[in-house]
Amino acid sequence: MEGEIGIMNIIVCVKQVLDPEAPPASFKIDPSTNKVVPPPGMPPVVSTFDEYAVEAALRIKDAQGGKVTAISLGANLLRDVVKKPLSMGADELILLDDEAFAEGDSWATAYALAMAIKKIGEYDLILCGRQAADWDAGQTGSGIAEILGLPSVTVAKKIDIVDSKARVERVISDGYEVIEVSLPALITLSNEHAEPRYPTLKGIMAAKKKEPIVWKPADIGVDPSQIGAAGRRTKMVKLFQPVREGKCEIIEGESPEEAAVNLALKLKEVKIL
Amino acid sequence: MSEYKGVMVYGEVTNGKLSAITTELLGCGRKLSDDLGQELCAVLVGSGISGLAQEAIAFGADKVYVIDDPLLKDYQTDSNVLVIEKLVKQVMPQILILGQTSIGRDLAPRLAFRLETAASMDCVELAIDPDSKLLLQTRPVYGGNARAIFTCESYPQIATVRAKTMAPLARDASRKGEVITIEAGLDPSVIRTKVVEKVSEEVAGIKLEEAGVVVTGGRGIGGAEGFKQLEELAKLLKGAIGATRPPCDNGWVPDGAQVGLTGKIVAPDLYIAVALSGSSQHMSGCSGSKNIIAINKDPEANIMKVARFGIVGDWKKVLPAFTEKVKELLGG
Repeated sequence: MEGEIGIMNIIVCVKQVLDPEAPPASFKIDPSTNKVVPPPGMPPVVSTFDEYAVEAALRIKDAQGGKVTAISLGANLLRDVVKKPLSMGADELILLDDEAFAEGDSWATAYALAMAIKKIGEYDLILCGRQAADWDAGQTGSGIAEILGLPSVTVAKKIDIVDSKARVERVISDGYEVIEVSLPALITLSNEHAEPRYPTLKGIMAAKKKEPIVWKPADIGVDPSQIGAAGRRTKMVKLFQPVREGKCEIIEGESPEEAAVNLALKLKEVKIL
Repeated sequence: MSEYKGVMVYGEVTNGKLSAITTELLGCGRKLSDDLGQELCAVLVGSGISGLAQEAIAFGADKVYVIDDPLLKDYQTDSNVLVIEKLVKQVMPQILILGQTSIGRDLAPRLAFRLETAASMDCVELAIDPDSKLLLQTRPVYGGNARAIFTCESYPQIATVRAKTMAPLARDASRKGEVITIEAGLDPSVIRTKVVEKVSEEVAGIKLEEAGVVVTGGRGIGGAEGFKQLEELAKLLKGAIGATRPPCDNGWVPDGAQVGLTGKIVAPDLYIAVALSGSSQHMSGCSGSKNIIAINKDPEANIMKVARFGIVGDWKKVLPAFTEKVKELLGG
């Protein structure tokens, strides 16, 4: 790629997930299906890290102009949920919405998304969350990059576009590293990035009016055997809730201060201190 | 698939030494390879790292492949995927395990896609199925609310392993093994990234992952000021400060203090959890702690279910009195 990139075409992958903020006590698995039972009264949400990816895309658009296309994959996606990137300021929403896309693993999902991105055709940057809040695998972004033959940088907290390259701050255990990557590239975002913006009222109204583009497997040229449950390379043998053992001994006292003293004495007694 | 044999560990080096996670992987890999009746090998990738091959043998490897090249000084996705892809195609291991670290997280998925197999990330248990001989890969999912066991029928079966979930073998310098040098043979033009700089945000004092005592604050601490009080207790106990995600996102403490699924994994002797609810995401980072102590005003908070001792009360009243008494007890 030569010279300055003016208007950037940015694609953001966004996943609809069960609300990860639901209280742990409401979490249930149906052992007959090996599936999670959605907690009643808690609608799904856009996966947290994906919102950071949308924010990163919008910041680049704000700085130098560009087009932000969000893309979501699933079955029976709730429009009110998956339109969130639009209400935050994205320009376009593409839904890969079909039963055939459901229950895929990282391979099947990355493959379908990569094929959809190929169909979109023009892109300088593809952004994803570092991992989804349901399966926590963190493979889809790297998988898309591999299928499309693009360089990737994972777990980013900042992206700047400088001289037709992305300058990325990548979070590592004792700080961060600054990585320069040629474009087009795929970058995954972490929560160390600046907080996602709240949708404005104007944004919400615009999103309501905007119709997403819906693509079926045939539209992106994939065979149903390669996607969703049929396209899996991993088999889930079992899904279960780990048993939490142990019982908490509550240390009492006439006052909080006294309880604190009793706790210190207790820790000394059982030789933790 | 019968031509695939053995277990391979991707080793990491920190400050000129084998990383703790690498010794844990070798301990786990030794067990898997013994169960299969096959060899355990390790691969070390970097620049000026060949001296550590013997160390990997002392921790359990039968063979160590060393890929030592100035171009491999910094971890970069493209170069590492290339050299490991080449090595895997040459050695053909049944199983490849890596650490769930900033390197393993990045390398394992990309490598799995390149080799047309699959990876399971952040495993906390790995075992060989006695019947199928496949690798049973157990990993927390749904932010730690559930666990899933996966298998993969294509080779190599790739898994990353969470820190502090596997036990290293005792170092045995008398162990014998073979060291094999592999040429990186890298063309610099295939590396599409450049590491411009590394910025350390390490907090002074004891490293969080290595501390015997961790004092962690949650959203309920309310601000940076509150964390000063936690620091006082941590210092007294020669421990480190930790935090859940909200205090980091709000800038009350550096990002590096985050304990949890996407932060650091700790397993200290004593974990003091102050004003935090104990979400599954957070517990993913500290559930290996020997003793969890909770201070929380909500008796129903999840942390109270996993703690050994707890106080139900306002931390602002409890903590100063606790710190004072601990000071007295330690002094006397």
